[in-house]
Amino acid sequence: MANHAGNYTPGTGVERWLDERLPIVRFSKEHLMDFPTPKNLNYWWTFGAILAFMLVAQIATGVVLAMHYTPHVDLAFASVEHIRRDVNFGRIIQGTHAVGASMFFVAIYVHMFRGLYYGSYKAPREVIWMLGVILFVLVMATAFMGYVLPWGQMSLWGATVITGIFSAIPLVGEALQTLLLGGFSVANPTLNRFFSLHYLLPFIIAAVVVLHIWALHVPGNNNPTGVEVKESRDTLPFHPYYTMKDLFAVVVFLIPFAWFVFFAPDILGHADNYIPGNPQVTPTHIVPEWYLLPFYTILRAIDFNVLFIDSKLGGVIAMAGSMLVLFILPWLDTSRVRSGTFRPLFKPFFWLFVVNFIALAYLGAQPAEGIYILLAKICVAYYFAYFLIILPLLGRFERPAPLPVSISESVLGKANG
Amino acid sequence: MATASETKATRRDFLYIATGAVGAVGVAGAAWPLINQLNPSASVLALASIRFDVSSVEEGSSVTILWRGLPVFVRHRTPAEIEEARAVPMEDLKDPQADQDRVLEGHEEWLIMVANCTHLGCVPVGESGDFDGWFCPCHGSHYDTSGRIRRGPAPANLVVPPYAFVSDTVVEIG
Repeated sequence: MANHAGNYTPGTGVERWLDERLPIVRFSKEHLMDFPTPKNLNYWWTFGAILAFMLVAQIATGVVLAMHYTPHVDLAFASVEHIRRDVNFGRIIQGTHAVGASMFFVAIYVHMFRGLYYGSYKAPREVIWMLGVILFVLVMATAFMGYVLPWGQMSLWGATVITGIFSAIPLVGEALQTLLLGGFSVANPTLNRFFSLHYLLPFIIAAVVVLHIWALHVPGNNNPTGVEVKESRDTLPFHPYYTMKDLFAVVVFLIPFAWFVFFAPDILGHADNYIPGNPQVTPTHIVPEWYLLPFYTILRAIDFNVLFIDSKLGGVIAMAGSMLVLFILPWLDTSRVRSGTFRPLFKPFFWLFVVNFIALAYLGAQPAEGIYILLAKICVAYYFAYFLIILPLLGRFERPAPLPVSISESVLGKANG
Repeated sequence: MATASETKATRRDFLYIATGAVGAVGVAGAAWPLINQLNPSASVLALASIRFDVSSVEEGSSVTILWRGLPVFVRHRTPAEIEEARAVPMEDLKDPQADQDRVLEGHEEWLIMVANCTHLGCVPVGESGDFDGWFCPCHGSHYDTSGRIRRGPAPANLVVPPYAFVSDTVVEIG
């Protein structure tokens, strides 16, 4: 993919002058407009652009919200209500930010499952995938701290449970938790620093996104066939073909987004978060936001001791492991065929993994009792088995379907057949 | 001459390493205040001990008070509860500890514990669970009438803070 030289020729003297000093126009033309992109990308590939849009939307609404919000335990809850009731358009802006967090995760999960299905994590795109996993963790941390800011019951107790995870670390755990909280419980110092970090992290995310796209622009996009670009007729310039397609996808994505904001801004949240935080009473059901539920289920599924590791540390190890396993995924999948389309045995396991992930989310919202405990353990077992047993073995036993010779041939073949 | 100076350490190498080491100490020294500011401030630490009059807590009931920002259960146990706690054989316990070691002698009816589940810090619900003690709704840990962990993901018994009775009815925690 060395053919992305672009065809920028500075027209005027001013452009030439700038090009010799800071070739920003050339850079933009090469990477945002002329960048050769496989011509067979389907709509699953638009979620990268949707995510870029969501990050900008969250930063824009968040900066505005910070102008009206007060990070103090006595005032935070009231200041969010003030935003929703008194501030001009505050109801819409706060709703957009809160619903936006959920929509952000919808896009992230689709984007990640697309990568899992089409093998976008495989060589030479391992670094893109690993940066993506880092982004996923950073977005989860940011969303978690953002959820603490309204200081409702779920904010307070969610923060207590999540920061309690750190106390499971041997030897330094308790000291680390105290350092993190700025006290012995989640209180005003915690709220203050979470606000500060919640403002900081999105800009770190933006920086990692730059690395993510940089890494993407070295080998270029994967595509639904998983066959690498071979010649220029396999590609189209990014602009206008994919700028327009992405823009259209963003508009369609905005329809359910807008519906939530205008008609049901609280439906994705939890009613208990409309009770101001009270350090003496825990809500009977602590449920994190829906997008953290699968990992929450993994955390609490380990309720037994393993050798010298107690159940609490075991749960934390399992949860951290569920993300770490994603990080090393490029080396676990031994199949040389990228796209799941040409992997007959991979497909049923992949779709079972998707269903299993949704089941993990469902179980996270259920109380830890009865049949749910057993089901959670089964689902956690499949989550890890998929990465650690199934993917390494499939590459050895599977006979993949014949791959198309090139991207253009697969596109033309489809049109003729 | 050039080859000789490559094989043995020179004055320049020493200066290079020494400068780097001093620089690293300087950076660490500058970073420490930025990290240590996260630790509890003097005003948080100042609330480290409180006094509480237990005379208003009826037998068979409990109250939750705040100590260092943490909720603390003060439970006035019934004789039946004490008996139940003491009848449990040690081998049934996940974190073995006798009931006698969790209360003060002469004040066995008062069970005073930090009210955060030792799993992830939720406040368990009193007089519930399978062992007549506390039940944590977050992840399903059951505690008995001595606040000892009996079942569920929590690794340890509810923590008994340092406390002493300063008179018949006033207890000082911390």
